[in-house]
Amino acid sequence: MSTYRAVPGKPQTRGTPARKAKTARYPWLRNLKRDKYLLLLFLPCLLYYLIFKYGPIFGIVIAFKNYSLFQGIWASEWVGLKYFKLFIESPDFFPVLRNTFLLGFYKLVFGFPAPILLALLINEVRNAFLKRFVQTVSYLPHFISNVIVAGIIVMFLSPTGGLVNHVLEAIGLNKITFMVEPDWFRTIYVSSDIWQHIGWGTIIYLAALSAVDPQLYEASRIDGANRWKQTLHITLPGIAPAIVIILILDIGKILEIGFEKVFLLATPVTYGKADIISTYVYRVGLTNANYSYATAIDLFTGIISFLFILSANWFSRRVSDNSLW
Amino acid sequence: MKQRYNWFDALNAVLLTGVVIACLYPFVYMLAVSVSGAGPIAEGKVWLFPKEFNLDMYRYVFQDGRIVSGYKNTLIYVTLGTATCLLVTSLGAYSLSKRNMILNKTFLLMVVFTMFFNGGMIPTYLVVRELGLVNTIGAMILPGAVATWNLLIMVTFFRGIPQELEESGKLDGLSEMGILFRIVLPLSKPVLATIGLYYAVGIWNGFLGPLLYLRDHELYPLQLHLRNIVLAGELTSSEGPIGGEITIVENALKYAAIMVSTLPILLVYPFIQKYFVKGAMIGSVKG
Repeated sequence: MSTYRAVPGKPQTRGTPARKAKTARYPWLRNLKRDKYLLLLFLPCLLYYLIFKYGPIFGIVIAFKNYSLFQGIWASEWVGLKYFKLFIESPDFFPVLRNTFLLGFYKLVFGFPAPILLALLINEVRNAFLKRFVQTVSYLPHFISNVIVAGIIVMFLSPTGGLVNHVLEAIGLNKITFMVEPDWFRTIYVSSDIWQHIGWGTIIYLAALSAVDPQLYEASRIDGANRWKQTLHITLPGIAPAIVIILILDIGKILEIGFEKVFLLATPVTYGKADIISTYVYRVGLTNANYSYATAIDLFTGIISFLFILSANWFSRRVSDNSLW
Repeated sequence: MKQRYNWFDALNAVLLTGVVIACLYPFVYMLAVSVSGAGPIAEGKVWLFPKEFNLDMYRYVFQDGRIVSGYKNTLIYVTLGTATCLLVTSLGAYSLSKRNMILNKTFLLMVVFTMFFNGGMIPTYLVVRELGLVNTIGAMILPGAVATWNLLIMVTFFRGIPQELEESGKLDGLSEMGILFRIVLPLSKPVLATIGLYYAVGIWNGFLGPLLYLRDHELYPLQLHLRNIVLAGELTSSEGPIGGEITIVENALKYAAIMVSTLPILLVYPFIQKYFVKGAMIGSVKG
């Protein structure tokens, strides 16, 4: 509990009687005066959110209008759900939605358990220095930019002089032209994503692991539990709340696949499997200047994402005690 | 108690060694290739250590004006951007950390809502455009001035500072601003360092922002040039037939370009990573 301004009446004693009467009638006016410096400090932040966050949210109305740059938002005519219909009826609708969903789904299925496994393995290391070393090294890829990660992927997988194809040749296999084969795209994307974020993802689980009561382990050892049993009955239940929370958040992000890496890795040859909603929106919206259509697509997926996280949270609250709200 | 090692410890050691190699080897390999001669690279002899050591590729990279100008721009954006972000975020977070500030709940709700719902790429682009920020430094700094997650980490941190400290400051006659600048901010150096690093890395690595908002090549940050050089293959030396020897040299050149732009992060990373982790921990407490 905050005890900030334990005596809210005190500072007002300086005011004249008239002002006192006025502030007594409007308590919020008194609070406004009391907090004027805090509000001033918050002002830049408030402006930022109003302009750059709520401005665009308001700008979503162009999804329902025939927006043109010359007429501006207000003067553009209303077209209702025209662009939503256009998207749903377009031949791109199903492939783009499927690609986005499948990429997000594979990322969840493989990318979500990976940090948990790594955290459990790191937790079993008994030498403190080695433990730190593995942690530190595994966080590193998280700080490499997507451009560089994409560059590394493309060059390592290149059929001319790429490391991976060198290895394939050395062990007597055929070269694979990874980047132009659509079937390889999801594998490449998901595994590179795991490489980038597995270490960073362990932090929250390792924090949860360090909070597990050591007495539980001692007691179980006396009862004859081995390390596997301890992991199953103490460690995993101990970090279950963290696992559930992260799972809910990840489910909410299924359709929100980062634009950058897909955009950098996809080529027109692989669009069949690589083109996702955000890259499609970018191409339609900015390259072709079809602003209203692109905004409608974005809103469509935004709403689906929101429903995903709502239902994941609802489900988790029903079956366990953990939820975001 | 004497520790006994069994088959599981051996397996674990193998697995974790694999993780460490997977995370480090790409950089070691790129470094080795970028400083090796064309001959050994073409024969596939460079695995770990450079062969026929030379720095020609780095000379080419720095002769290419794009990397130099990209570096300069990135440094400007990172410096100005981090300063702005840190200022706006920390002041805002301080206000939000005061639970009985007027409208506190409303503001907090307003901030958290944007984590779950946003206007999307196009409306944001149009706002930036309406403000006349396209193709200016402003577009690199203002649209990302506050990251909601960072703001919430700071709010959590500020709420953890004992109220007694602030109250004693008040008794000694400090104003609201005085409390912030003389008591709270000096106590918050760790979180300021952490969040500052988050912002700095974010701006350094940012690609989508500059891609959307910058047209002028003079203003391009490192990442955009890097994409053109490494992924789009726009090399100064790329005229002529592709394949064979030229591709090999091109690869070494690209690795050199990658190393040049990653080296700062690789070099300072071991010293600052504890700050990154600290931030992730404060964030995770909030859940």
